[in-house]
Amino acid sequence: MIVVAVVHVLLALLLAPLLPGVINRTKAALAGRRGQPLLQAYFDLGKLLRKDVVYSTTTTWVFRAGPSAALAALLVALAIVPFANARALLAFPGDLLLFAYLLGLARFSLVTAALDTGSSFEGMGASREVTFSALAEPALLLGLVAMAREAGSVSLSDVYTRLAPVSLVEGGGPVLLLVAAAFGVVYLAENARIPFDDPNTHLELTMIHEVLILDHSGPDLAFLQYGAALKLWLLGSLAVGILIPLHGAPPVPAMLGGLAGMFLLAVVTGVIESTMARLRLVRVPQLLVGATLLSLLALLMVLA
Amino acid sequence: MPLLLASLGVLLLGGLVALAWPGHGRGSGRVAAGSVFAAAVLGIIPAIRVLAGGNVMTLDLPWEMPLGSLSIGLDGLSAFFIIPILLLGAIAALYGAAGLRDGGPRRTVATSWLMYNVLIAGMLLVVVARNGMLLLLAWELMSVASFFLVMFEDGRPEVRRAGRTYLIATHIGTAGLLVMFLLLGRGCDTLDFNAFRIGEGGPRLSGIIFLLAIVGFGTKAGFVPLHGWLPEAHPAAPSHVSAVMSGVMIKTGIYGLLRVLTFLGPPPPWFGWVLVGIGAVSGVYGVLFALAQHDLKRLLAYHSVENIGIIALGIGVGLLGRSHHLPVVAVLGFGGALLHVFNHALFKGLLFLAAGAVAHAAHTREIDSLGGLLRHMPVTGASFLVGAVAICGLPPLNGFVSEAMVYLAAFCAATSATGSFAVSGVVVITALALIGGLAAACFTKAFGIVFLGEPRSAAAADAGEVAPAMRVAMVILAAGCGVVGLCAPLLPGAAAEAIRVASGASPAEMQTSVTWVAGSLRLVVLGAGALLVTFLGMALARRRLLARRRVVSAPTWDCGYAAPTTRMQYTASSYAHPLTSLLGLSGWTRREITTPVGLFPKEAHLRTTTPDPVQDGIYAPVFAAIGRFLLRFRPLQGGMIQLYVLYIALTLLILLAWKLG
Amino acid sequence: MNGWETALKGLVDTLIVFVVLANMRLLGASRLGSCIRVVALQGILLGLIPLVSQGGHLGLRVVLQAAVSTVLKGIVFPALLIRAVRESGSRRELAPIVGYTPSLLTGGGLLALALWLGGRLPLPPTATSSLLVPVALFTIMVGLFMIVARRKAITQVLGYLAMENGIFAFGLAFAEKEPFLVEMGILLDAFMAVFVMGIMVYQINREFDHIDADRLSALKD
Repeated sequence: MIVVAVVHVLLALLLAPLLPGVINRTKAALAGRRGQPLLQAYFDLGKLLRKDVVYSTTTTWVFRAGPSAALAALLVALAIVPFANARALLAFPGDLLLFAYLLGLARFSLVTAALDTGSSFEGMGASREVTFSALAEPALLLGLVAMAREAGSVSLSDVYTRLAPVSLVEGGGPVLLLVAAAFGVVYLAENARIPFDDPNTHLELTMIHEVLILDHSGPDLAFLQYGAALKLWLLGSLAVGILIPLHGAPPVPAMLGGLAGMFLLAVVTGVIESTMARLRLVRVPQLLVGATLLSLLALLMVLA
Repeated sequence: MPLLLASLGVLLLGGLVALAWPGHGRGSGRVAAGSVFAAAVLGIIPAIRVLAGGNVMTLDLPWEMPLGSLSIGLDGLSAFFIIPILLLGAIAALYGAAGLRDGGPRRTVATSWLMYNVLIAGMLLVVVARNGMLLLLAWELMSVASFFLVMFEDGRPEVRRAGRTYLIATHIGTAGLLVMFLLLGRGCDTLDFNAFRIGEGGPRLSGIIFLLAIVGFGTKAGFVPLHGWLPEAHPAAPSHVSAVMSGVMIKTGIYGLLRVLTFLGPPPPWFGWVLVGIGAVSGVYGVLFALAQHDLKRLLAYHSVENIGIIALGIGVGLLGRSHHLPVVAVLGFGGALLHVFNHALFKGLLFLAAGAVAHAAHTREIDSLGGLLRHMPVTGASFLVGAVAICGLPPLNGFVSEAMVYLAAFCAATSATGSFAVSGVVVITALALIGGLAAACFTKAFGIVFLGEPRSAAAADAGEVAPAMRVAMVILAAGCGVVGLCAPLLPGAAAEAIRVASGASPAEMQTSVTWVAGSLRLVVLGAGALLVTFLGMALARRRLLARRRVVSAPTWDCGYAAPTTRMQYTASSYAHPLTSLLGLSGWTRREITTPVGLFPKEAHLRTTTPDPVQDGIYAPVFAAIGRFLLRFRPLQGGMIQLYVLYIALTLLILLAWKLG
Repeated sequence: MNGWETALKGLVDTLIVFVVLANMRLLGASRLGSCIRVVALQGILLGLIPLVSQGGHLGLRVVLQAAVSTVLKGIVFPALLIRAVRESGSRRELAPIVGYTPSLLTGGGLLALALWLGGRLPLPPTATSSLLVPVALFTIMVGLFMIVARRKAITQVLGYLAMENGIFAFGLAFAEKEPFLVEMGILLDAFMAVFVMGIMVYQINREFDHIDADRLSALKD
């Protein structure tokens, strides 16, 4: 079992930067362009790692440590998330809390690093980041409670390995669909995708994630971009794990199924980004509250 | 037990010597701090012995007081509270001895040290008292001592106002406690705890006693809506006193509540629901108003309300676990609450000390006038960061451990129970999730705006690091946060005696629950260790990558804007605005605004304050009405001593006539 | 219960969840057009439930009832309302009295309340789904909330329609016992209401150039 879990971690480490590539290619295809190469994110990372860095004279060690701390938190979180119907490396009762709070730690490091620059733009991005994530947190945790109750365990690995057999037409169907929808919203919000944030926008006033990392450069920026790809993988696999029933499949086909699910999710993300407009910032909380309500509804159905 | 008495004696003696010590107050501080240190060593030894499974110690002496006896005892629950009281008391004294020296005239400083020692001794006595009268006496001692400490800078009107608010609030609480103890001891001729008959008198009486305990102890603890004094008194007091008051004194309220619950027998479910409700409201209310504050210490005071809320959530879900016979939930809930008491003492003490250092160095607590302090005050800044991460409940520090235990209790309730019990788990989880996100917003704001960026005022730009002793105090607490976080698996076992007394679980149930949660915490620590190793790995990799590269310094990229000033940085108000307006606080925020006029506006100005709605909306009108009513009796106060003697004589005569007639 | 029935039951639950989601969307929608479409969708979803819930034993009555209500609520009413909106030429933003996010939070509270009440109502057990009664209550509450918390006359009609959907759902829970005529009577009621309101909105608009119900109070003296 451990071997499978290790392989899954390695696969995530290796393939995570492919997800933004797939999303971008989907968007390009839908817009009738050829788009950037699938491996563009890898090229960018390689180039950034070899670049010089510029630090603002305002910044302190907080700014320099921020990207490393954020990436470290996400890497450890990767060991907690089960993938493709297999248990994760680190699985214990309550691991879902460690997962949620590791994401919180990554955010904390990122936001303090942004505030360290003293730029009002990054302050603005930081303010939006904490606002929206504070609203996304209840959606994530309540969804997890609903699933935990359905599975009768408070460990992510148990939840995902036990719930996979409940195929969607059977008893738990509506609950799982609701939670999957809520996680989908959290996935889009936390990863700063449309309709929450436009990763391609060029106006700093409307950005959230991009403006947070405005002053980072070189390897630091590479760490942040790799971290962003990992986060896409982490939250994506939470949503995919619910929707793709892989129960009973031997490890290798299950793994392939899981991977297919991840890239399907990336394609869907690309389609959403091509067909929707970014929401006005004042409307964003509404969608997040809506996601919380979806989780709450699922929970009420489980409890009823 | 002799060690404990010696500890009390050293505290009182040290206070008196400090009062009499010649010189400009510096000596008093050293004497007092030294005595608190000695007392801490003396007192913590028996506490640890009891927690390690030693016998419960008691001491009974007769006392002339009606209903009273000098009866003290040391069981797991008392021992668990003694440790943070003495630990934080000693560390804050170390800080205060260095920080308070230029605070005022000698007499004030020396008196303040006497009061400090009395406060610590009072808290100690509260948690070991085994008699209602003795507890009330100790309670008053603690309250009055802390009142005088709050009034240290009594020249300032806002300090006097804060002191008055605190004195009134604390006495409302004491009144509740007096009635409660009389009800508990009805039918006996003593208020000794072991004379109280558990659960007798029917559910109605237990209910009334429980509610009185909530009012009496909750006023000290800061349950919403009884929290009004916290945001007034904490900023007014000197910082080492705020640290002690917020870190441990308000926890004596939690101790009292837990102790009284042991007298009431098996709790009905509504006890738990009341505490879950209070906890959810206090937690969310506290963090929300903290978010809207601009005064650093006021912000921290509201955070104490939030943390007391988390503790109440833990006790509430634990009580529900007891009512529904789910011992795991009970043990986890009470355990999380108790550990949060300890952890909060560490990180809130640390944060108040660091806030005091900031106020000391920059001469202001106004967050929007600070900025960039990390470069001038590296130790204070780093300590504050540690405290901030810990209070947000983020791994790998101690805050995560206790919050996770409360969470786990709620998860167990929500996943394995039925009916309203499961719903209570959902309420607790929702509240904690909301609190967690908002606390992160609040402390990125507090740390980011105060310590990062550029200084927003000349005072902040000239600030320098504080005295070495103050730095040592902060570093000890910061290290404590880290060590406790990494020793997480040992904590439930260490606190087991206290948890057993509070939760009423049997030893076998304790054993299974503690083993279960310790197993989880061991893996949490494994994760935390992996986090640290990965972080070090990333940092090393980064260093190697940068070694071969040019590292250039340049001004912050401001999106092309050429002439930024430090005043253009994001402020605390702007940072918090999206959340506060979204969550409906904007109705309470008062804005004074001077809008820019004309093509080349000269002056513009915006000032926001967020007063406390409970304070302004309920207490202020009520007290104003009482004040107006009492004004009618003004003529009675003639200012002549003869008149007052007449009043006393008349009262005595009337009482005598009534008794005999 | 065999697999087929389990699947059908899951489908009913899914449909009911979508009814709830439609209510949420209604509370959060800011445009008249989407409000109308959501209410229509809700009507269609509810119309489908009796077809599925009978476990394949379709009586003529059930089919007729479903067909009539689906056609009316899913096609006729929305068409009428959309026409009314277009002809009145009013602004398509809703101008809510209670904002969208607070509306959504209220919706969450109402849902919890409905589930709690639904469990306590002294009703005979229903064969369809234990969720149907609470969701019916919830839909009625949301309809009332729309009437109270939105300004436009059209939204009041929509609130009324949502309420009707709720009553229909309530009837579904007891499809065996509920007289067919009651349901048809209510439907007719709603039909008249929509018809009259549609004309009235048109008229009001012609007279006063707007359809804010708020401003009708100026007519009181």
